[in-house]
Amino acid sequence: MSKEIKVNCMGENCPVPLVETRKAINEAKVGDILIITGDHAASKKEIPMAVEAMDLELISVKDIDDYWEIKIGV
Amino acid sequence: MKDKTTLIVESGDYDKLYSAFIIANGSLAMGMDVSMYFTFWGLNRLKKGKLDKGPLSKMNFLGLGKIFMKWKMKKANVRSLEKMLDDFIQLGGKIFACDMTMDILGIKKEDLREEVITDFCAVGTYVKEARESEITLYI
Repeated sequence: MSKEIKVNCMGENCPVPLVETRKAINEAKVGDILIITGDHAASKKEIPMAVEAMDLELISVKDIDDYWEIKIGV
Repeated sequence: MKDKTTLIVESGDYDKLYSAFIIANGSLAMGMDVSMYFTFWGLNRLKKGKLDKGPLSKMNFLGLGKIFMKWKMKKANVRSLEKMLDDFIQLGGKIFACDMTMDILGIKKEDLREEVITDFCAVGTYVKEARESEITLYI
């Protein structure tokens, strides 16, 4: 059964949001959804680049107050 | 062919080690394979307990500059080199140690953190890896 996996990268700096996203992708099973939150501005652009490079599904990129939330389908 | 990044880490400077590990871990995170070749002063950083002991490449000021830099990095919540090495290994990165450097600088295998080293090798291994890499850097 697919599940939602939350990855909290609030306050983290380069390259931690990318690295923690990758670790979560490695642990996830096909069909799982990752929900990554953070406030490192460059990562909001770069996590989608990594998603594209790894042929995964970018479900959404949202700004919420002073942070962002990215959803990825594995 | 899978994309690969190959890094030569010749410098043992604190800030350059950061450059190397940030590029390495970023590459792994974006789905690439990564090999890091530690040679000369870089190899000193793989001795037990020496990873973050290098000076700053500029404005070290007998270590005062480095203390200031570490304070600034802590404020910016930058991950420690030790944690970056953990991340690197966890994401499947490979570390190679230059055996000629070991001869020249008198470094023994048991002086090094063998648990993080994939292999001890010479230039041929580097060339083999580099020729199949999209990105190669000398740091």
